[in-house]
Amino acid sequence: MNPQQTPPHRPELERELAETAVIGDVERPLTLHERIASNDAVQRLTILVALIVVWEIYARWLNNSLLFPTFSETVRTFGKDIANGVLIDRTFTSLRTLAIGYAFGLAFAAVFTTMAVASGVGTRILSTLTAMFNPLPAIALLPLALIWFGLGTPSLVFVIIHSVLWAVALNTLSGFRSVPETLRMSGRNVGLTGARYVGLILIPAAFPSILAGLKIGWAFAWRTLVAAELVFGVSARSGGIGWYIFEARNDLDTATVFSGLLTVILIGLAVESVIFRAIEARTVTLWGMQR
Amino acid sequence: MTSALLDAKGVTLQYKTPRHLVTATYRVDFSVHQGDRYVILGPSGCGKSTLLKAVGGFMSPAEGSIRIREREIRSPGPDRMMVFQEFEQLMPWKTAYQNVIFPMKVTRKFASSEATERADTAIAKVGLTEFRDIYPHMLSGGMKMRVAIARAMALEPDILLMDEPFAALDALTRRTMQQELLSLWDQLRFTVLFVTHSIEEAIIIGSRILVLSPHPGRVRAELDASGLDHNSLGKPEFGALSQRIHALLFGNAHAQGGRT
Repeated sequence: MNPQQTPPHRPELERELAETAVIGDVERPLTLHERIASNDAVQRLTILVALIVVWEIYARWLNNSLLFPTFSETVRTFGKDIANGVLIDRTFTSLRTLAIGYAFGLAFAAVFTTMAVASGVGTRILSTLTAMFNPLPAIALLPLALIWFGLGTPSLVFVIIHSVLWAVALNTLSGFRSVPETLRMSGRNVGLTGARYVGLILIPAAFPSILAGLKIGWAFAWRTLVAAELVFGVSARSGGIGWYIFEARNDLDTATVFSGLLTVILIGLAVESVIFRAIEARTVTLWGMQR
Repeated sequence: MTSALLDAKGVTLQYKTPRHLVTATYRVDFSVHQGDRYVILGPSGCGKSTLLKAVGGFMSPAEGSIRIREREIRSPGPDRMMVFQEFEQLMPWKTAYQNVIFPMKVTRKFASSEATERADTAIAKVGLTEFRDIYPHMLSGGMKMRVAIARAMALEPDILLMDEPFAALDALTRRTMQQELLSLWDQLRFTVLFVTHSIEEAIIIGSRILVLSPHPGRVRAELDASGLDHNSLGKPEFGALSQRIHALLFGNAHAQGGRT
């Protein structure tokens, strides 16, 4: 041993604990300013306002409302069409079709994933079907849907189901697969089997993935619907938002096109930041399964 | 001789990996009586956890039989509550209290008012009353393990199966948890089958110790360790038993000069 490398001898020490009362409050509430600065909604709103300002400035500089109307003009058109009920009517038509398609898509996804969980054959059926159909754009099926179901809501519902089903089923199945073995065992330990096991253990345990699937499914459905409406236009007399946009484009009324797009964006934002956020706050965030 | 609560006879356990058929234990016999703190001790990979899983009903033996109260074990059941090493055994979507009451609700073993009361008592017994409405992700490792133990005990199973429950805890917490388990046992006198790879833990926790050989697990010895706990850590009996188990597990290197 090299004596130079041994550390020096130091005395031991023992202390009485220092009094902590002098620190004051160990916890203090954040000030209003601190809370606003860290608020998610406030930050998102700031981003939105910034985007709008950029839009308005660019459109004014371009000064060509046929190509790129200003934000204020878009909002004016939007307000006018809301007031005279056209846009509300169009939105309602779209949302109704969407709700039907989404609900059916989820129901089919539930059936397929239950099958997949129940047996190995089911898993293989689902993964093969998903691999085949998930990459297939819903719009590509539209001509076929028109032949099968004619012009109208059933065709739209068909393509929406197609776009929702595979995304949701894929996510749910991968969520089920990633449930920890210990959690599965503690469920089976108390005698849970079959549907109760799926309902009480697998679904809540896989909820982060299921929720992600629901979100993706929702976005796909919305996209598909608007695109499908644009392609085949109106059925009977009530068209959806896609039809509203299509009509306005034919009239070279760009501000109305923008107002239709704005509606699509607003609904998307509302569903994402109100509905899905509320579900998240009450579930996966509360449970610490997602940050 | 009174009949045992749990009786394992000639149990050979095998499981398949994608490429191999692995024999985990080979013709293991043991029996656990009411009120035993029965410890299965063995080096890592000797099949002790697999053995516990078989008692839990998660796999069936390739040879031999395991019976509880004279009944062949075929599937998992709430009469054999398991406490695992991993903290994931708690349901993250339920609070501590909801986790404890969940098995009682599912099995309908107790009326709803009694279940509520039992859950509260169990939580109080493990000292978590303050944390009853907290979700597991906010609890420390030791607290999560206490919830798991409370959950298993509230159901009053015939036998409590513990699979290295304290292995993932830090040394200080582990020691506290061992003491708590023993004091709970003093109050309730439940039957526990406890798997560990730590000789010290086996002697402290166990009243009886089954020593398994390295892979594949075979019975090497069954020893009596009642009367030894934390207080006997420094005592010669504790050291002697520890030495004896060590020799049984790893052979006496000085006497034999290695394996023959």
